[in-house]
Amino acid sequence: MKTSEADAGYLAAQAQVRSIPTNLTVQKIRERAIEFVMFLCAASSIAITCGIVWVLLAESWHFFRNVSLFDFLTDTQWTVLFENPRYGIMPLVTGTLVTSGIALLVALPLGTTIAIYLSEYANARVREILKPVLELLSAVPTVVFGYFALLFITPMLQNVLPDLPGFNMLSAGIVIGIMIIPYVSSLSEDAMKAVPVNIREGSYAMGATRFQTAVRVLIPSAFSGIASAYVLGFSRAVGETMVVAVAAGTQPNLTLNPMEGAATITAYIVQVSLGDLPHGSVAYQSIFAAGLTLMGMTLIFNIGGYLLRKRYREIY
Amino acid sequence: MKNVLFSIALIALVGLLPKASKAQLIQIDGSSTVFPITEAVSEEFQKAKKGAVKVTVGIAGTGGGFKKFCRGETDISDASRPILKAEMETCKQSGVQYIELPIAYDALTVIVNPKNDWVKSLTVPDLKKMWEPGAQGKVTSWNQVRSEWPNSPLKLFGPGADSGTFDYFTEAVVGKAKSSRGDFTASEDDNVLVQGVANDRNALGYFGFAYYIENQKKLRAVPIDGGKGPVLPSAKTVEDGTYQPLSRPIFIYVSKKSLDKPEVREYVEFYLKNAPSLVKQVKYVALPSSAYTIGMDHVKKGKVGTVFGGESQVGIKIEELLKREAQN
Amino acid sequence: MDISKQTIEKHLSGNRRFDAFFTVVGLLSTFVGMITLAALLFDLASDGLGRISPQFFISFPSRFAAQAGILSAWVGTVLVMIVTALAAIPMGVGAGVYLEEYAPKNWLTGLIEINIANLAGVPSIVYGLMALGLFVYQFGFGQSVLSAGLTLALLILPIVIVATRESIRAVPLSMREAAYALGATKWQTTKDHVLPYSMGGILTGVIIALSRAIGETAPLITIGALTFIAFLPDPPIKGTFPFISFDWLWSPFSVMPIQMFNWVSRPQQEFHLNAAATGLILMGMTLLMNAVAIYFRYRFRKRIKW
Repeated sequence: MKTSEADAGYLAAQAQVRSIPTNLTVQKIRERAIEFVMFLCAASSIAITCGIVWVLLAESWHFFRNVSLFDFLTDTQWTVLFENPRYGIMPLVTGTLVTSGIALLVALPLGTTIAIYLSEYANARVREILKPVLELLSAVPTVVFGYFALLFITPMLQNVLPDLPGFNMLSAGIVIGIMIIPYVSSLSEDAMKAVPVNIREGSYAMGATRFQTAVRVLIPSAFSGIASAYVLGFSRAVGETMVVAVAAGTQPNLTLNPMEGAATITAYIVQVSLGDLPHGSVAYQSIFAAGLTLMGMTLIFNIGGYLLRKRYREIY
Repeated sequence: MKNVLFSIALIALVGLLPKASKAQLIQIDGSSTVFPITEAVSEEFQKAKKGAVKVTVGIAGTGGGFKKFCRGETDISDASRPILKAEMETCKQSGVQYIELPIAYDALTVIVNPKNDWVKSLTVPDLKKMWEPGAQGKVTSWNQVRSEWPNSPLKLFGPGADSGTFDYFTEAVVGKAKSSRGDFTASEDDNVLVQGVANDRNALGYFGFAYYIENQKKLRAVPIDGGKGPVLPSAKTVEDGTYQPLSRPIFIYVSKKSLDKPEVREYVEFYLKNAPSLVKQVKYVALPSSAYTIGMDHVKKGKVGTVFGGESQVGIKIEELLKREAQN
Repeated sequence: MDISKQTIEKHLSGNRRFDAFFTVVGLLSTFVGMITLAALLFDLASDGLGRISPQFFISFPSRFAAQAGILSAWVGTVLVMIVTALAAIPMGVGAGVYLEEYAPKNWLTGLIEINIANLAGVPSIVYGLMALGLFVYQFGFGQSVLSAGLTLALLILPIVIVATRESIRAVPLSMREAAYALGATKWQTTKDHVLPYSMGGILTGVIIALSRAIGETAPLITIGALTFIAFLPDPPIKGTFPFISFDWLWSPFSVMPIQMFNWVSRPQQEFHLNAAATGLILMGMTLLMNAVAIYFRYRFRKRIKW
């Protein structure tokens, strides 16, 4: 006897219904169990932070028994690896801030423009091709980007700015900016795409142009997602290691001038941990103090970003 | 479907328990300067043993290598400097005894741009004037070093302050390790230094001999006058001790306990036997054969400890090194 | 107010012009990224393309640049990425779902949100240092593929969590409420209604996250990834019972970025060519990995009917 489609559908529905536990307790236990597993996943993020903070604090504790906190925060030179070590973190902080600043100046405008273009202007085929191609940018190993900045971008910039030294923060910042464009553009575009079609069409129905819809309706609706993309991009820029180590140099320099070379906190950490210093020396422990400072910096920015998002988030 | 997944998970759990056997694995880590030599030896050794013994080599740095070594995680540590006091302490506390084996010389080469026609040779006082901490911001042109040189800017390039090369150079030239001016272009990657000097007429830099040899067309090596007349670095001048004070020994440290494993002992003996030829292939300078023989002797006798007293020392001729090895 | 037809027409054509202008701006912005990619690829290819050959893929590293190959490196990368993906994706999505759907919206969840964003900014090498103490020593996993995979998973977890949360947040409340109205439990709503619609965004996060992981060098060197290793880990399929082996998880390993990094710092020019070839192949591998995720994302996004 041939089973007709209706019969097959009926059997499938029956099977589905049977798979739902009719016993309420069993269902409750299952729900609870699943929730607990997911809770563990979320809790892991706290565990990780604790782990990182623990490692940083434990070693920094040793460090600060040898170096005064006041000197650390106010001294203007970081010459830890030299004979008369001075432990002022400010040169590394300015290095980090300048390179990240340039990176964000490049990535945020470009990334947002690309997101608006891809979500509102480009047709589906163009979008489905361009988006993966841009995501390929985040696939390039950071080492490759570093050498690209050093051997390609810097000479190019030196044609325009002849006094530019071989190691400079401008090339490194530009390359990091390009590297994080996918973070900003892809995540923002996803956020904008996910706004329900009725809101979008409502805007068009009122006669708005594509640009007006994008800027006045979609971006506010997708604000949470876009802001998250910005924050993620910022965190990535600040935490970038290899590009700055290779292209901006490893010489600490207290300056806000991007046309000079400088060391960032991350470049310094890499330099020392993979170098020839004996582990356990004060110079080695300085990398943990530097890492702690970095975490403090990003924390301040992230709290600011969170408060901003909370205020401006739209719920539909 | 669910049952299939469940049973796979079960097998996974069961399979996860036993760990891989670590028999016949030699673990080496440490300096990236020594790495090319160790890589060459390991390659030949594995070929000779037809894969029966596996060797792994890492580049966590001399400091990182010692840390692992003193925890007993590696059998051999590559080092571009002797073991320091703090590391000796750690090893003593964990009960790791080591046999110190110098395996090659690295000639630190001072190089200038080929268009630099005024530097014929450099003395150690010259270099000191260029590199000492007091020179920072003050000694910025060539004629401040020697008045007969032109008044062009002095552009300095050198390895980063965390590297053993930096330590050794500053000790040899300024007299105290890590004592150096801070305003030079530093890089971890010696290729970047090569490029920096090759592109700038007024540049001067220093790095390992191998990087000079590979880029001879772009650079010019400067003869160094260590007190007995200017000497160009070469395999010969390093070996006969005339290229001073910039010849530095590089080492491997072998864990005495690991030598109990027959494959490690075989490896170390293979290392010492083939070092002369392999070291030359990777552009380092081989020690005289007597050095390797004495090394072999130390391995046989299990003679532990370091002859450097936990500090790096500069300007040691090979004969001195041999005598020390023979005495202690 | 007198709005003549002409005023309206002028307005509209002005808008159209601006739209056209913005299309150009948008395309140009995209081109910045594309041109960089093209320049990079061209740079790598001009040096490395000549080195790519079957021999390059199946040879081990060697001091002779012409004979050296990336066999241990690419196998290591594949194995490590498998562990990373299997660890990071479930944990990241689970955490994101919990934080968005189940957790009560109080100051604690706000703290966790800030915390996760902060974790994204921690330099990769600090993760390496932490993983050294935790996975390699404390848990005793040793310097193995398992430690490496877990380290990278921790590194990219924030990206996956943030992307998951944002995608789930974007699913309208009406969808959920419709499901509840029909009697679905929380998990059923999440599994059958929220997740399928947010899969597109989640996959974007996964793509970016895995792309980052595959190119990392510093943290892996710290936990003991090797630069010279001339043998492969034990294969996962064995000839004897129980036929599946997990020995490869505990095996020492190397990865492509480290191999590249080592070769590019050697003095010999031939090694630089090897490094360029390795870079090209690594990007190819990433593209392959991303292609799978992109295909799924395309399918999921097509299904969204709003």
